[in-house]
Parts: sequence; structure tokens; C-alpha cells
Amino acid sequence: MSAISTMGAAGFLARFEALRDSLPGCAAERAAAAESFRALGLPGGTSGRRSEAWKYTSLRPLAEADFAGSTADTVHGDGADLVFVDGVFRPDLSTTVPGFTQFAEAPAFGPLPRPDRDPLVALNTMLAADGAVLRVPAGVNAGIVRLGSIGTGASAFHPRHMIHLEQGASLILLETATGNGAYLHNPVTEITVAEGAHLTHIRLQDEATDAFHLATIYAEVAEGGTYDGFSLILGGRVTRTEIHAVLNGKSATAHMNGAQLLTGTQHADFTSVVRHAEPNGTSRQTVKNVLNGRSRGVFQGRIEVARHAQKTDGYQMNQALLLSPDAEIDSKPELEIFADDVKCSHGATVGELDAEQLFYLRSRGVPDSEARALLVRAFLAEALDLVTDEAIRAILEQRVDAWWERQAA
Amino acid sequence: MLDIRGLTASIGDKSILRGIDLVVPDGEVHAIMGPNGSGKSTLGYVLSGREDYTVTGGSVTFNGIDLLSLEPEARAAAGVFLAFQAPIELPGVNNANFLRTALNAIRRAHGESELDAMQFLKVARVETKRLSMPDDMLKRNVNVGFSGGEKKRNEVLQMALLRPKLAILDETDSGLDIDALKIVADGVNALRSPTFSALVITHHQRLLDHLVPNRVHVLAHGRIIRSGGPELARELEKTGYAGVLAEAA
Amino acid sequence: MSATAEILDSVQSSYKWGFETDIEMDLAPKGLNEDIIRLISARKEEPLWMLEYRLKAFAAWLKMEEPDWARVDHPPIDYQDLHYYAAPKKKAGPKSLDEVDPELLKMYEKLGIPLKERAILAGVEPDPNERPQIAVDAVFDSVSVATTFRETLSKVGVIFCPISEAVRDHPDLVREYLGSVVPVADNYFSALNAAVFTDGSFVYIPKGVRCPMELSTYFRINARNTGQFERTLIIAEAGAHVSYLEGCTAPQRDENQLHAAVVELIAMDDATIKYSTVQNWYPGDADGKGGIYNFVTKRGACRGDRSKISWTQVETGSAITWKYPSCVLIGEDSVGEFYSVAVTTNHQQADTGTKMIHVGKGSSSTIVSKGISAGKSNNTYRGLVRILPSAAGARNHTQCDSLLIGDECGAHTVPYIESRNRTAKVEHEATTSKIAEDQLFYCRQRGLSEEDAVNLIVNGFCKEVLKELPMEFAVEAQKLLAVSLEGSVG
Repeated sequence: MSAISTMGAAGFLARFEALRDSLPGCAAERAAAAESFRALGLPGGTSGRRSEAWKYTSLRPLAEADFAGSTADTVHGDGADLVFVDGVFRPDLSTTVPGFTQFAEAPAFGPLPRPDRDPLVALNTMLAADGAVLRVPAGVNAGIVRLGSIGTGASAFHPRHMIHLEQGASLILLETATGNGAYLHNPVTEITVAEGAHLTHIRLQDEATDAFHLATIYAEVAEGGTYDGFSLILGGRVTRTEIHAVLNGKSATAHMNGAQLLTGTQHADFTSVVRHAEPNGTSRQTVKNVLNGRSRGVFQGRIEVARHAQKTDGYQMNQALLLSPDAEIDSKPELEIFADDVKCSHGATVGELDAEQLFYLRSRGVPDSEARALLVRAFLAEALDLVTDEAIRAILEQRVDAWWERQAA
Repeated sequence: MLDIRGLTASIGDKSILRGIDLVVPDGEVHAIMGPNGSGKSTLGYVLSGREDYTVTGGSVTFNGIDLLSLEPEARAAAGVFLAFQAPIELPGVNNANFLRTALNAIRRAHGESELDAMQFLKVARVETKRLSMPDDMLKRNVNVGFSGGEKKRNEVLQMALLRPKLAILDETDSGLDIDALKIVADGVNALRSPTFSALVITHHQRLLDHLVPNRVHVLAHGRIIRSGGPELARELEKTGYAGVLAEAA
Repeated sequence: MSATAEILDSVQSSYKWGFETDIEMDLAPKGLNEDIIRLISARKEEPLWMLEYRLKAFAAWLKMEEPDWARVDHPPIDYQDLHYYAAPKKKAGPKSLDEVDPELLKMYEKLGIPLKERAILAGVEPDPNERPQIAVDAVFDSVSVATTFRETLSKVGVIFCPISEAVRDHPDLVREYLGSVVPVADNYFSALNAAVFTDGSFVYIPKGVRCPMELSTYFRINARNTGQFERTLIIAEAGAHVSYLEGCTAPQRDENQLHAAVVELIAMDDATIKYSTVQNWYPGDADGKGGIYNFVTKRGACRGDRSKISWTQVETGSAITWKYPSCVLIGEDSVGEFYSVAVTTNHQQADTGTKMIHVGKGSSSTIVSKGISAGKSNNTYRGLVRILPSAAGARNHTQCDSLLIGDECGAHTVPYIESRNRTAKVEHEATTSKIAEDQLFYCRQRGLSEEDAVNLIVNGFCKEVLKELPMEFAVEAQKLLAVSLEGSVG
């Protein structure tokens, strides 16, 4: 179990003290968040407080890192509609997106995030300087919006994004996170999906090798609404993708799928909690880990079913493929159920490539490396196939192929 | 035996039986035919007391007692047997144990002595043999991993052991080959007596070739729209339901 | 309303073992301190090393904190408000039935242990040629009152005796193995146990010996305001086989009583230990008043190659169960098994599961857990499967199924899977559901009452676990399931 340190937290608190008068708005909330952050500390340090939520991930490397500043002069827009460099919106690199405003222009925190409980959310709330606020009006199909983050140098940034889909609205949000340097990207995203609305949320995390990426996403889904999330995690040194979805209306749906492809000494933690608060909800989750080198994958997933959320249908599958002798997976799929008329199940498997399948392919003349590629792709397909937009799926598949080629090289 | 008057029933807000009148005298076999969704299976469930269905009106008298006031197990004890269209699987529950528990529950209700495991096996083996069922069927879990035909034969085995007064066969013939069909028919025919009646719910004439009914009723939209002798089934086989439906409309 | 949803507001479940036996007791004063530990050690006529072991454990315990990670909730326990030693005054080990305290005899009769077995319990050895033979160690509060078949067993070299006796008579074995699987400071309750344990069973099966009969211990808490701290140690040398059973009951009281046991199993090359438990401590009343706090550490070490340790438990009793019978699979191709049925009703809380620690090459483990929650209870499966880098080719399969009866209870599954060897294969599956309405209706259409139908379906649900129990126990366990769920179905 990880201990929580307050050592590395001091730097961030000092930064808050220095910046507090220049940060946009919400002074009281920021001060409260700073108090919470002081009390909670950074998970994984040395001071000894136990945290089940951070059992398998230590942020000690983060606590020991020095975030000196950005080198944001020479970046390209990377094709996104809305571009943020080191957490700050760059109109010069962006296009016009209807319904978009900058967080810095009208700062406000929503009710979903819990800075009192989650240390990184406290850190974000304390220091959030900018972010994307995107509102899709009732009944509007906003198509695809690409939201890009580029990190540079040794910067530390804490963007605060708000995505609101009004009744019957729909949107495909494609988030990419890339960069160059040893920076910290600590975004918090608040999402509300109103009655009958549909958000497809694709996240492509391909941060720099030395970067920290610690994302927390809160999604609240109203009656008949859908949050359909998929995260492809490729980059970063220590990363965490934490998703909290609440099905707050009848017959709401949440998908929290993903794949983590890791190598070297990468550490990636995929943590999710879906709370069925109302009856007839559906939640689906398929998360795949492909682990090479000395990498470590973590999966923590909890399905919670409240007392009166009858007829809930929850399913969760978590699988890991260990490609190298030194890779490690820690998996904790959890069910917490207080209603009786439910159908909930989860499964987890851990293993290497199936020797018999490999042999079968080779006996048919497929060279070993191709056979492996084929099987790894087949393993990932179960997750990737859940991305319904073909163009986006093609982008993700291309990234997976490129990743695999790098492993083989 | 069975006297149904003005029976109406619904599931949720949906009305399914809209006034059934049907009398099955002692010793007779009646067939219920009709298109999909006409309410045939619902009739079987309502008679045996499935709680998903709400009886909204009418009465059912079974050998003089008010059947609708009884719990499902009390109806079974009174002699109502429903052969399920899709027999239910009971994982981990041994078939012999299930059958003996059921048989003893009914014997108890009749004030008869219960059978011990050995006595039961003796009785059960006579029936499995007659139904050409392998002995290991008694050892397997109830309907788990049974083929469609095995499940239906298992229903007939239960019927043979429990010796009901009224058997309701809900499409027991569906999915059976001709040999299995004959076994089912023989199973019912073996029970035929002045104190045994049957309601045979079916789509097809072919079961009725082996199990000749006294009366045939056509059910559509929750009502019996036509009744006749065995020849009615043959007519339907030839002309389909369209003619009868049009006539009734 | 659906049939299974019609849960009664918990009819008082009929705990048939809840009576109290009036017997003259030797009781230590309340409280926990070094003097009490010295008193226990003196009463047991222990050698100095044992006392030192206890005092070391006590010192460690004082520095520890009660664990709070389990999904159980109880008011703080006042460890100073308990008696740590309680024993019947009459000398144990009478030669014939007539010499046994008649109150004790009456108690075993009331517990419904068959007459023949009762004669055994009271210390009279029946004709050893009769079958089946079960050797019994009967532990009453803090002492073993009788252990049977010791002569028969000693002929093949098997030692089966109260652990307090083993400390005196087989000090080398006890010193070598006690605390070797569950170290003194392993956890809060194991440290407490190491400091104050009073009795329990000691089993030693020599090399190559297949224990000629089932061994069993029957635990009974009787005295008021006492804690029971039993300690069991089973050693199976190379090629040895033993099957051990334990049962437990306690009187029905309004206050909670603490039971903190430690069980250690050691299996050498090719040895097999099968450990079965039917846990039926008093669960408290319908309002959640009273009942045993069952905080137990059970762990087996498969030290030898091809050794096997199999835990089977049927947990129906206790107000709170905190128990994770585990296997440390050190030997190559060693095997660990955990089969569990846990039933909770009324206000019971169970947090139980297992740990399978794979160290040895080719080690394999199987976990089958069936949780049944009814009433206002909470039932949690918590399990760890850890594959260390050395455990090449290790295998685990885990199946956890939960059944909810009524909409006021909770069922939770918390598995931890950690793999650090790619050649290992781990599979975990879990489901949660209620009894299907169509299954219930099918049974009732065939004439079964709703309660019988539920019993039949629940027993089917538990079949995979129940079949692991020795025959005599399996029948008892089935009956116990039925009794435990009485009143849970509308």
C-alpha cells in the first residue's frame, strides 16, 4: 500500500502562494483546495498515510521532480481544433469552435470534482489557469471536436476542462496529449451529459517519455444519456487515467474502455469507478494492457450499484498480456452491490501470448514476429472495436501499429 | 375437471388474455392452437400461477376448487402440471434430488408417505426406461447441458412421476424429431384415464396425430375464436390461421 | 412484488446452539497485561521460551493498530474488558463416561453431536474397528477437555493433542514451526493471539504416513465476557496426508465476544493437508445484537515440491467474520485451493477470502467463492493472487459468485491480482445476481414450497464448494445453510 508524502507537495503549495493573486477567479475554492492538498499530500511519498485508491501507484518520482518552466516558443498545432500549450489556450494555433470559451475568461468550478478527497484534483483546483469550456446546445450534433494538449520543457500545468451536452445533443470529443520534455500534465475534466445526449470521448495519450500525465475525469449522465469513453495510453513516464462516471438518470449508459501499451520503465494506472445511482443503467468496460520491457500496468475498476438502482447491467473485463519477463500487472476489479435485481460481472485474465496459437500461425508459414504482431493486434481488437467511429478507430489503430513496430525494432 | 370463465390477464399494462371461456371435462385432451403471440403460453402460465401475470378478471375452477387463489406449489399439489416450453436450468441441483423433492412435496400434500432415495430411484428408473432416457440423466444437474430433446423428455419424465390430474403441455413438441415426438405423445397417452385431462398447446398438427385430442380450440388475440373436433387441427394445417382469423373478424 | 423481493423484516433466525452450560469455571481476572500472560503461561505449565514468545508478541501488539481496511463496522473493542483465560474446574481427560462432568455431557448432547461421537468427546474410546472413525479434540473456552483416539494414532506415529500439551511434550517441533507461517507481528489479531492463545490442536504426521482417520476439533465458547484465542498447528512431513475438520458454536448472548484464532499449516514434499471448517459461531440476533467477532488468521505454507493445501470453509455464523485462509506456494508444482461458502443474514458482516502467494515454479491455485447475502447483511469476498517473478508457469483460476436475497443487503467483490511473471496465467471471474424468478417458479410448479425451492437453488449454487467437504460434514453443512436462511424468504 502506498504511503502519501507531503514532501513534494510543498513545491506546489509554494507555487500557489506565489501565484494566488494572479490566478483567474474562484479564490475561496482555490484556498480550500490548497488546504485539502496540504492535508492529502502526494500519493506515494514517505510520510506513511495509507491510501487504497493509490495502492499500486507512487508519485514519488513526481515529488522529486523539479518543474522549472516551459519552452513553449516552437510548437506546431498538430491538427487540433483547440490547442493548449502547457495548459494555456493558443488562439493562434486554433480554429473557431462553436460553443467554446476559455476557462480563464469565465472561471468556475463545477460540483462533480472532489478536491477534498482526490489529491490531484485538489492540486488542479488550486492551480488551474486555463482550460476548454465546451457547451453543445440541446438537439445539436456538434460532430468531431479535436482538443490538443502540448507540453514542453519542465512545465507543470493543470488545465480545467468542462464539457456540457444539453438534452439530446451529441459530440465526438477527440483529446490528444503530446509534448516534448519532462513536464507534468494534470488535467481535470468535468462532463455532464443531459437527457438523451451522447458523448463519445476518445483520449489519445501519447505524452513525452519523461512526462507525467495524471488525468481525472468526472462524467455525470442523465436519463437515457450515454458517455462512451475510450482511452489509448501510450506515453508518459508515470501516468494515471482516473474516470468517475455517475449514472444519475434511468437507463443511462457509460462505457469506459481503454488500452495501455507500455514499454521501458513506464508506469500506467487506469482507475475507474462507475456508480449506478438510478435503475436500468448499463455500464461496459473493456481495458487491455500490453506490457513490454520493465513496464508496469495497473488497472483498478469498481462498479457500484446503489440500493434502488435495480435492473442494473454492469460488465467489466480487464486483460493483460505480458510480453517480457520483467513486466508487471496489478489488477483490482471490484464490485460493490446493494441492489438485488442486478446482473453484474467482471473478469480478469493475465498471461503471455498463447503458445499454441503462435505455433499454429508459424506452422502455416507466418514468421514469428508477424505472428506475434497479429496476436497482439487481435488481443487489442476487442477493445479498439468498441470505438464506433471508423475514422477515429483508424487513427488509433495506426498508433497501435506504430507502437508495435517500435517494439519490434 | 377445468372450468375457465371470462378469464382476462395482463403483463404490466399489456392485456394478453381477453376473456377465455373453456371447459375441459374429465378424461379429455384438448388442443390449443393459434398464431404466435395469441396468448397460448400465457394461458399455461396463468393456470399454473406465474407471478409476472396479473389476472384482471374471470374465474378458474379446477375439480371444484378456486385455482386462482392458490400458490403455484399448491396448484401443483392439486394436480396441475405445466410442461415448460423452455425448461429451466438449475445449476448444481441434481436431477434425481430435484425430482424426489418435488415428488415428496406432492406426496406430503396428499398425506402419503415420502419415498427414500432407494425407493425413489426404483420408481424413477421404471420411467426413464420407458422414456428411453439414459440413467445418467438422473445424475446430471436439472436441464443443465441438456439438448432440446433431452429437456423435453425430462419434462415428460417429471410428469410421469408426479402423476398430475391436468397436464398443460406448452409446445412440448417444438424442436423434437419424430421419435422424440412419439415418446412425448406416448408419455401423455399412458396417463390417459377418466381422472386425467390435458391441455396441449401446439403450433402443429403432427403431435396431434399421436395424441388425438377430443377438442381443438383456436386462440387469437387473447380469445378462443373457434372450437371443433380433431378435424379442425387438420384443416388449420392445410389452410393456416388466416382463414379462421378472417372469419372471426 | 416479486417472490424473492418479499423479504421479511428478518424473522429471528433460529440459532439452535445458543444455550449456555452452567459449569464451575476457573476464570482469570479481566484485563490484558504481562501478569495475565504470565498467569496463562503458568496455568499451562509452559516452559520459559513459550512465555518469552508470548511476551514478545504482546510487546509487538501494543505497538500495532487494529486494521480498518475490511468492509466491517463495529464499535471499538475494549481489550481490557475481557477474560483471557476460562477453564472448567473439573480435571480434563476422564477415563470413563461416568467421570466426565455431567454438565459437559449434557452440553455435547444438546449440540446434537451423535451419541457415538459424544462418547468420543467425553473421553471414552469406542471400538476402533467401527467406521467411520473421527478423532476429536474438544476445546471448551480456554482448554481442551478431551482428545480421542490418541493411542490409535500414535501407533502410526501421528501426534494429535492439545497444543498446550505439545508445548510441554514436543517442544522441539513446536519451537521450530510455531509462528513460522504466521509470524508474531503478522497482523494485529495474530499478535494478540500469539500473546494470549490458550488452546487448540497440534497435529504432526510423520513422513510417508497417511493419517488413518479424519481429525477434528470442536470449539465451544461458553463463558461470558471471555475471548477465545485458539492456536492450531498442523505439520505434514514429506508424503504425509491428513484431513482435518473444525466446527464451532457459542451461546446466544447480547454482548459481542471475540474469537481471534491463528492456524498454521506446513506441508513438505508431496504432503497433502485438507482443512475443512464449518463455522457456526453465534451470529447475533435479528437486530444485530450480540454475536461473535471472528477475526481469524489462517495460513498454510506449501514448503515442499508437489505439496498441497486445500481450505474448505462454510461460514454461516459470527456477527463479523474477518478471515482469509491463505496459501504460500513455495514448493515447485505445489497446489493451493480455497473453496468457500459464506452466508450472511440479518446484520451479519463477512469479509472473507484468501491469498494465494505463488513463489514456486509451476505452482497452481484454485479459488471458488460463493457468497450469499440476505437480510440487512454485507458479504465481501476479498482475495489476493500474487505471482512472484520466480513462479514460472504458475496458474490461478478464481471464480467468485454472489447471490443476493432481498434488496437490503450488499454483496461485494474485491480481488487483487498481481503478476510479475509472464509465463503465469491468471483467470478471474465474478458474477452477482439474485435467484432467478423462473428457477423459483419452475420448482414451485413442481410442488416445492418457496423456502424449499430457495434452499434447493442455494445448495445448487454452493455445490462446487460443498462437494469438497468430507461426506459427514457436507450433509451437516447443507442443513446449516437451510437453517441460516430460514426466514430470509418471504
